[in-house]
Amino acid sequence: MSEPLLPPVDADSAPFWEGARNGELRIQRCAVTGRLIFPPRPMSPWDPHAEPVWTAVSGRGAIWSFVVPHPPLLPQFAELAPYNVIVVALDEDPTIRLVGNLVARAGGPIDEVDPATIEIGAAVRVVFEPVSDAIHLPRWVLA
Amino acid sequence: MKDAAAIVGIGETAFARKLDAPEKTLAVRAILAALDDAGVSPSEVDGFASYTMEATDEVEVAKNIGAGDVTFFSQVGYGGGAGPATVGQLAMAIAAGQCRVGVAWRSRKRGSGARPWAGASQAFSAPARWTRPWGLLRPVDEIAMLTRRYMHEYGATRDHLANVAIAVRTMANHNPRALMYERRLTREDYMAARWISEPLCLFDNCLETDGALACVLVSAERARDCRQPPAYVHAFGQGLPRQSHTMVNYWCEDPLTGPAWTCSRQLYRRSDIKPHDIPVAQLYDAFTPLIPLSLEGYGFCAKGEGAAFTEGGALEIGGRLPINTSGGGLSEAYVHGFNLINEGVRQIRGTSVNPVRDADACLVTAGEGVPTSALILRK
Repeated sequence: MSEPLLPPVDADSAPFWEGARNGELRIQRCAVTGRLIFPPRPMSPWDPHAEPVWTAVSGRGAIWSFVVPHPPLLPQFAELAPYNVIVVALDEDPTIRLVGNLVARAGGPIDEVDPATIEIGAAVRVVFEPVSDAIHLPRWVLA
Repeated sequence: MKDAAAIVGIGETAFARKLDAPEKTLAVRAILAALDDAGVSPSEVDGFASYTMEATDEVEVAKNIGAGDVTFFSQVGYGGGAGPATVGQLAMAIAAGQCRVGVAWRSRKRGSGARPWAGASQAFSAPARWTRPWGLLRPVDEIAMLTRRYMHEYGATRDHLANVAIAVRTMANHNPRALMYERRLTREDYMAARWISEPLCLFDNCLETDGALACVLVSAERARDCRQPPAYVHAFGQGLPRQSHTMVNYWCEDPLTGPAWTCSRQLYRRSDIKPHDIPVAQLYDAFTPLIPLSLEGYGFCAKGEGAAFTEGGALEIGGRLPINTSGGGLSEAYVHGFNLINEGVRQIRGTSVNPVRDADACLVTAGEGVPTSALILRK
């Protein structure tokens, strides 16, 4: 198995990954309007005077779309292909959409679910898979 | 800037999966060919525009072609979003008096060179850190995600995508310069092709090409004395919508209302030519689903009707809107869409290998899915 593709952790994203390490899906919220914000950033687009604050969300959503990549791919994904990548619209705000994978169980591989069974609109909930000390990737199982 | 400047010269190298010459040499050859086509001396060039992804900068071009003093130069970002903007920015510069002879170009060895998505520099751009760790790696994966949603919301099918691939391939089958000149594509071929990223297959993807293209702009007044009939830059737009992201545009209100919508509002606001007046279009086609999305964004049909628009040969010669009449990125060459610009000029001149009768205007667009741009050229 090749090394996983680990995202860098920076000031914008550190609270997201800290939440993930604690089994919590955290999203930014505009301190003035209350609207959720993703991807994380230093300023709220919904109010020029508001800084975003981090908030835990339910970790529940619905599949908005999905793809099934086939080679050519980077080595660490080529060995899993075909696998699924999904986009999940969060229950709290369906315009907040997270890229992830549908797995059969927490810690399960991303090529385990039969792609023919994946349906747009299916309810999902988040699970976390530790892929390094710093990065626990959110993935999704059917709710 | 309406009709204030015109494209008076076009030039290009051969297109191939592999060309031996370096990108710089290809760039200069295409530019010199365009200047020769226009009948304009390289020493008169005083304006340049290209892509931020272009490897050969203005200094290198100017010193190789023997340009004089250059007073305008600009680069436009976002890869396939840049093409028409290079022409539009030169047209604005000429209209504003910042330069008199402008050259736009793109040279790329995407055929024999590296795949950008596999490179370390692409690994974790700001949005990529929210997509790549889960295996959404390539532009085709990113657009396939929008495509699946589009099919779900509007009932589009693979047959609609095949309509696009076959229409554009048929154009290339009449163009000896096209990489796919001798390769027919049937619906059976399309349906049997291998997957790249479901729901997109091999024939939903553009080609991997080495090649370079360029065009020359001057003022409308000067254009009347040039060697070739002018293609006037009638209208120009750019578009970066509210909360839009490049390619992975999943974090805005409606990802299926992409940059084309923002760009086209600006384009038509200043244009006397409206969608129903446009007889032919060159629509950026790195992937087939960008065509229905662009047909909607640029006003040829209502939202959600782009797939149905492709039925009944609408995109072919004799149809409602023939597109990509040299074979586009899918079947002529993929050079970040610059071949669409030169083909738009050929339609206005009447020299296309697939001439559209009475083509007095042509829409040329950049990539839907990235901060984008578009032009309306007219006779």
